[in-house]
Formats: sequence, C-alpha cells, structure tokens
Amino acid sequence: MNLSQSLQSASLTDPGRVRDHNEDCIESRPEIGLFVLADGMGGYNAGEVASGMATSLIADGLQEEWKPADVQRLSREEAKALSEKLIREQIGRANNAIFTTSQNNPECAGMGTTLVVCLFYDNFMTVAHIGDSRLYRLRGETMEQVTRDHSLLQEQLDSGLITPEEAKLSQNKNLVTRALGIDPTVDAEIHVYETQPDDSYVLCSDGLSDMVEDEEIRLTLITLKQNPNLLVQQLIQAANDNGGRDNISAMLIRVAEPYGVPRGWLARFKALFR
Amino acid sequence: MAKLILSVDGQVLKEYNLSKERTLIGRKAHNDIQIDNLAVSGEHAAIITILNDSFIEDLGSTNGTMVNGKPIKKHFLQNNDVVEIGKHKLKYFNDAPAQASAADFEKTMIIRNPAKAAPPPPKPADAGLGETVTNLKPGSDATRPVPAAEQTSPPAPAPKPAPVAEAPKPAAPPPPPAPRAEPEPAPAAAGGTPLREAAIQVLSGAAAGRTLDLTKNLTTIGKPGLQVAVITKRPNGYFITHVEGATYPTLNGASLGAQAHPLNDHDLIEIAGVKMEFFYKP
Repeated sequence: MNLSQSLQSASLTDPGRVRDHNEDCIESRPEIGLFVLADGMGGYNAGEVASGMATSLIADGLQEEWKPADVQRLSREEAKALSEKLIREQIGRANNAIFTTSQNNPECAGMGTTLVVCLFYDNFMTVAHIGDSRLYRLRGETMEQVTRDHSLLQEQLDSGLITPEEAKLSQNKNLVTRALGIDPTVDAEIHVYETQPDDSYVLCSDGLSDMVEDEEIRLTLITLKQNPNLLVQQLIQAANDNGGRDNISAMLIRVAEPYGVPRGWLARFKALFR
Repeated sequence: MAKLILSVDGQVLKEYNLSKERTLIGRKAHNDIQIDNLAVSGEHAAIITILNDSFIEDLGSTNGTMVNGKPIKKHFLQNNDVVEIGKHKLKYFNDAPAQASAADFEKTMIIRNPAKAAPPPPKPADAGLGETVTNLKPGSDATRPVPAAEQTSPPAPAPKPAPVAEAPKPAAPPPPPAPRAEPEPAPAAAGGTPLREAAIQVLSGAAAGRTLDLTKNLTTIGKPGLQVAVITKRPNGYFITHVEGATYPTLNGASLGAQAHPLNDHDLIEIAGVKMEFFYKP
C-alpha cells in the first residue's frame, strides 16, 4: 500500500537571508508515510553534520524496520505500539551515532540537533520530537501546535513566569532544553494521534515559527492547502520577507483521503482491485 | 549583560550590572542595590535575571514600584524601561542583541539542568519567582562539560547561575564567515515600509464592476475546484500564482504557468472565464 496517493506532501528547506549555510535537514519517504526534520546546532558546520546524520539514519533505519506489508498483520493497537517502539529505537541509534562522532572528532564537539519525526499509518500518526522544531495541525479552520517545545521559554510559559504575549519579546528564544546527540542517551517525546481526511500537517524549524506569526501560517494553510508545493514555497517566502534570520524548513502533509488498512479477508480482497 | 542606571532628579548615581540571578533592591545594607531613603522599603523589589531576560517584582513594599509610570507587581523588563522607586529612577538597558552579531546571537543552543533526572521546575507561587530556572549553561562551547560530572553534581537547592550573559561564540577555531552579502534587492524586512494599497476590479461576468481590496497577505481569486490563483502581498510588490485547476489563468493574455508573476498597475487577469484588472489605489 503506497501512502503517497492518500497523503499529498511537499517539503522545502532554505538557508534564509542571513546565514551562509543551512543547518536544517529534511528527509521524506512519502510512500511509507515518513517525514523527518532536524535543525542542527553547534560548532562550525557541525550543526549540519548532526542534522544530516539524524535525518538520514532515522529515515533509512525506519524504512528498513517498518514494513507496512508485515505491519498489516498486526492489530491497529499493536501497530501503534510497534511504531512507537521502532521510532524510539531509531532515535536512540541516531543519538548514539551523533554523540560518538562528536566525541571522536574535535571539529564536531558539542554538536546536536532538534528533531521531529512523523510516521503515518492506518489513519493515525506517530509523532516524536526533541527540542524546538514543531508540528502544527490544521483541522477545519483551526490550527494547533501538536508538539510542545523543549525550550527554556516553554518551561517559563508552563510555570506561569511569563505570558504568551511576553514570550514574543523574550531574548531567550534560542535555548532548547533537549537535543539529539549531545548526551549518551536522549529522551524523545512520542505520541500517537488519530488523523482525519483534509487535515494538514506542517513540520517546521524555528526559522519558520519565529519569523512568521501562527495566524499567518494558519491563513496560508487554509488558502493554499490544495497546492502543497506552492504552500511550502509561500511559507518560506514569508519567513524570508520577514527577515529570514535563521534557516527555514517546512514539510507539509495533507490527508487527501482516508488511508486505513483493510482488515478482514473481504476488505483485503477488495483492496487488491483498488 | 543587562544593566541598571540609578539616578535621582536626573543625576546619575551608580550603574549596576545584572550579573546575579536575583538582585535585591531596598533600603537596608544587605541589598545589592541599596537606596538609602525612607520612601524605600527595607527589601523593596527584586530583579530576576534568566540569561538574557530580566523580570522585576515588587516585594510588597510600602510605597510600591512603578515601571514607565505604572504601578506593577511583576513586570518583564524591556530595553529602556524606567523603574521608579520613590524619587529614585532605575533605567534598564539590555542591548544583548546589539553586542552579539545577529547571526551568533540567535543560534540555537542547548541548556541543561544540573541533574538531568530532576523533575521539571515546580509551579512557583507568586513569590517564588526566582527559583524557577537555575544553573543554565549553553552547551555549544568546544570544551563541553562532561555529562557525567554534571549529572552527579548535587542538585543543590539554589545553585549559582552560570556565567552565561556573554554572547555565545561558535565552538570551532575557524572564524565565522561574514554574513552573506544581500543576495538580491533587500525586501523591506520586518517593520519596513508598507506596500502601496492595491485592489482588483472585476470587468466581466455576474460580478462585473465589483472591486476587491488586496488587504491580506494572501488573497485567492477564481472558482474553487475549477481554477484558483492567489495574489500574494509582499514587501517588494504584489504577485500572482496559480494554485489549482487543470489550466492556468492568463495575465495580459499570456498563460501564468506554474511560476509567480509580479503584478503591475492595470494588468489584466483572466481566471475561470472572468476578466479582472489589478490596479494600485491612488
């Protein structure tokens, strides 16, 4: 079952208008419903080493382990549990590889990366994230931030120290409290969500969410969701028009139709002729 | 580093760097900023500094604390704010972004708490403002701290804040390259000159004669499902792009294709069989 029919997607990454290289990295495998985004940090060029390792290791690893043909034999709940387990394993593996590289190569010392992983399957989506890269969901006219940043600012918001209005003025926007590859172990936050037809999802780095107001992202999604390629171009253009102070990445996934796995012999038999 | 300049009647008395996590202001001698005046309470106010942000909190003083002329209980200080305590004024300066080059300053960095296993900071009571975040450390320096050492350090109740106010520098020896030269005519970036107002007027069909002001950043025109285009309002002008439909709209008789096209005054657009004209408002 190839998911690229049911899930329309488009991705784009851009260095922005200030940075001379791009430390963001994106990787998509639309046929198995897998999307990975990472925003690297630390060292001269080491950030892009970390984000590049994270996206390619996790995408390749999951493609290797997550076989929809085999998963199909599992119940829906078992499939959810397996997706969480495999994503956690692959993140652990990538963490290990990045951490080891940074320990053994002085020019990579201290490198790390944020991460968002989305795996779509059977009308649900498993989301893992670390740091301040985000996943947004547009359902109907309402946009919500699905992931909660692992950042100092978010902790201050949670504890009531500052208000969301004050947070926009904060000068501590760039401090994350979790990252992939900086410690021997990493704690990824993983959740499973049900999806609905016509949902739109955006994975993005802080180069988008810091430069473009949520309301503008929402209006752009509503206006252009029929054309994913144009939509991601527009989001990146908006971030650049507002100054483009950081690298900008956006990945859009629109649920064009249900992508449930046929269960029972009759449904499976019918699926053969779809 | 952020600083406060103490003055009275326009006379500068002293300058204070906000290097501590908690800076006490009051009349008594143990305060970091002592103001020996009877209008000032013994412990009058405190300034909590978390990396680049500072907050002022009135500690239940008799005569109150004002910021920019308004009485406050708690306030998130912004550059050039003026704190008034009795006749004394404290002006707040925080030019951290100016000190660091823009590119360095906004680089994402990791901070850690001393004990990784420690639970997230508890919800502070109003007065517990200062305890929320402690011992922050940017992790991007080349001699990165050994994680084990950090994890075994005792989770002291009130560790001293790490010296982090300096601009973070990239780790590796090669100097960071100069920011890229402007690649193309710079758009009026954030807060730049507003674009001239424009509108489109429908020339044919049922809605002929109607005008539509282009006030939003994105305005779609056409018939959903059949042929839709979007007009984007950008700092450097208005642009039209095809969104959906098997065939492209035309601009001055030529097919739009998949690319964005800049719109000029009195351009003619034909979409879903309807003609319209783009024009700048006088």
